[in-house]
Formats: sequence, C-alpha cells, structure tokens
Amino acid sequence: MRYESPNTTKAASALLADEKGVAYVLAGGTDLLVKMKLGMVEPDLVVDIKQIPAMHELQASAAGCKIGAAVSGAELGENKAMKKLWPGVVEATNLIGSDQIQSRCTMVGNLCNASPAADSVPALIAAGAKAVIVGNGKRRTIAIEKVVTGPGKTSLAKGEVIEAITLPKRTPRSGDAYLRFIPRTEMDIAVVSAGINLSIERGVVKTARVVLGAVGPTAIIVPAAAKAIIGTKLDDAALEKLAAACSAACNPIDDKRGTVEYRTRVAGVLARRAAKIAYTRAGGA
Amino acid sequence: MAKVKMQNAISKVTSTATLVSTSINGDMVQFACPPNESLLDSLRNRVGLTGVKEGCGTGDCGACSVTLDGRLVCACLVLSAEVNGREIGTVEGLAVDGQLHPLQSQFIENAALQCGVCTPGFLVAADVLLKRNPNPTEEEIRYALAGNLCRCTGYDKIVRAVQAAAKEMRKK
Repeated sequence: MRYESPNTTKAASALLADEKGVAYVLAGGTDLLVKMKLGMVEPDLVVDIKQIPAMHELQASAAGCKIGAAVSGAELGENKAMKKLWPGVVEATNLIGSDQIQSRCTMVGNLCNASPAADSVPALIAAGAKAVIVGNGKRRTIAIEKVVTGPGKTSLAKGEVIEAITLPKRTPRSGDAYLRFIPRTEMDIAVVSAGINLSIERGVVKTARVVLGAVGPTAIIVPAAAKAIIGTKLDDAALEKLAAACSAACNPIDDKRGTVEYRTRVAGVLARRAAKIAYTRAGGA
Repeated sequence: MAKVKMQNAISKVTSTATLVSTSINGDMVQFACPPNESLLDSLRNRVGLTGVKEGCGTGDCGACSVTLDGRLVCACLVLSAEVNGREIGTVEGLAVDGQLHPLQSQFIENAALQCGVCTPGFLVAADVLLKRNPNPTEEEIRYALAGNLCRCTGYDKIVRAVQAAAKEMRKK
C-alpha cells in the first residue's frame, strides 16, 4: 500500500485518477481503517486529504456555510455560528460514534461511506446541502441526495473527490432538527431517523423538507410529508398526516436492529417530534 | 506467530517504509513503519509504549485511546503515517516525576478496575474530559466515557473515581 498526503485537491484527484489498483480517500479513517482491519478492503493507494488547506475550511454565516471534507465532527460541534444556524445538521453529525470517533469523523466521510443509516445525511438533504466535487479537471456541485446511489455506493467517478459541503442561505424564521432511534443512548447505529428543515411565516409553515434515514437503501425524501404540514400551524391533524406520509414512504429491511413494522411506525413518530423541534427553532410557538 | 508477523513488518519496512517523526508525551520520537500500520501497533511494537491496549481494533472499545494534538482518538483508527509532525499523548504521560496522576490514584482508591485492560484508555479519556470540564456531572462523565468499554466493573466505580479525581484536582 502507498500512502500519499497531497497539498491540493487537484493533486489528490490526480493521484486517485492515475492509480490502477484500489484507491481510497482517507479523511478521518473511522470507516476506512475498520474495513482495512477487517480485511474488507485492501487498498493499493490511500490518499490522505488532511494536508489540503481547502479541506479544512469552515465558514458559517446566514448567507451560506461551507464545511471542508476534513472538518471533524468535534470541530463542527465547537463552531457556535454553525450550531446556531443549522442545529439539526450539527446534532446529526455529533451523533456519530464516541468522543474518540468525533475527533476524527467527517460529514463527507459519513456521506461517502454511503451507509443507509448515516446520521448526517438525512439532515444534510433536509437542509438542501450540496457537495462540491473536484476531479478530472473539473469542479461541479451537486445536491447531496445525488451522491449516494445505494448501500456503499456513490455517484462519484474515478478520480473525483468531494472537497466540501455547502449549505444554502439561512432565511429568517427557519429551523432544522434531526432525531434518530437507537436502543441505547450512545454508540449505536440508527434504527430509524428523521431530518426536517422548515420555514414559517406568522406561525404558518411556508416551506418544509422531510427526509428519513435507515428505512431504505438510501435516505428517502418524503414530499407528501412536507405537503402535509405546509400551510398549517403544525396542529395535531397536520402532524398526524405527516407521520402517516412518512410511514407510507418507508421501505426498510428486517435486521437485528429492528423489524420492518417497527421501523415503519417509528419513522412517523420521529418525524413528528423532529417537526415540532424544527418549528420551535424557527420561532413558531 | 508474533515473530513471523514482526519479520514481515520489517521486510515491508525496507521496501516501502514510512518515516514518522512525532512528539510522544513531550519527547521527540522517530520510527519507520509500513504505510498501512496503525498508530496502535507502532506505539506498542516500535516505540515500546505498551500502556495503549488493543481491545477490538475497530474503534468500538476505546482501550487504545490516546490524544492526537490534544484530541481524544482511538490509536487503532489512526495510521502512523498520519501523525508525522504531530503530538501524541498516552497513559505513560499522565504520571509526572513518579507521582501518579489524581485519576490514577483515584482509580486505585475506588477499585475502578479489575483486569485493567480498559484502564489506560479510560484514564486518557477522563483526562481529556477533565481538562475541558473540571466539574462534570455524572451524566457528562458517562457520555464522555461512552467510547470506552469495561467488562469488569459495571462502570459505577469508574464514574466515582473520575468524580473523586475531579474534586481533588479542583482543590489544587
């Protein structure tokens, strides 16, 4: 195995493009090193992106945010402006693993690992986040939901690397929230999760985006759930419709963490609770 | 078995060695290792710091907890190649001039260990917690140590030892 730590994203992309064998990007290593240890992957080349200054960028303002691919969960959580603007995104990222993992894990790593249960992904999609991709002499920006195509699979081409995630302008009277269900209080993987971002006007929901995690091969955007609460003051009838739309959108598997029936029901419950938190954060009563 | 492994590691070193120069507990240390070697393996097998333990090797148990530029990490999830020019802290750096750290003496005082494999990781994690928060609540302690597993004590004595050490350190 070769280990490279280039200083520019371009150089990282060139290394990945030129490698004939198996190449991996190393950010926090909390997934890659586990896979190497378990013999699931045997890289010929590992490209450490942490020496690239652009990957460490962290800008947070109401006009927009940029989070570099090497920014750790802990660094994100310590950024007060980020936490104030996008509490749901920050909380979702801070739910990944222990303090030890938080020191190293990154949002982009969580995204590119492409687990259906990734915590930061539903929150990012709900927020309308985008991925800045560099590779093959080009730079392109795509919606986060276009990155993961299935369990362990992304739409990135050979030689492409995500440099940063951007978050849109934060309008006044808007808020986001993310909740997940795990059987214990720490150190587990989501059985079901829900991320919601919404904006209000005089107490009425104006826009909303509802996204579920761990109930399908990729995170699921539920437009019907958003529609159920838009134009309402988030009364019980609207929340009931939101929950029903979320449960209807689920396409989960049975596994040791939960059954299909359980996941389907809890998805609605979590979405309802997350909607209430987001509403309060947006300044709704 | 271990001998064969070591020889393989050495032969690999001669072909594609990564040279690592780093500060460990304040001392400059240099070593060569294969590029895919974990910091855990380098610390134990090349630097001779065996306080850091391998429990799971996959970042779940925290027995290999060390600090990297002051942040708590699992040494099993760090490549040695990554730590060039950075600062590592291990359990061996806790005691100063032969004097046990308050956390160490309180772990003994409160019988917060049995087999002891998890103890170095708990000590390093608790030290990072107390540096950030000198007066943590029980809940804060339990959250901060959630990445460290102990199969002997049931955690209660560990939490009490950390509380006692925090109290002792606040008096100083």
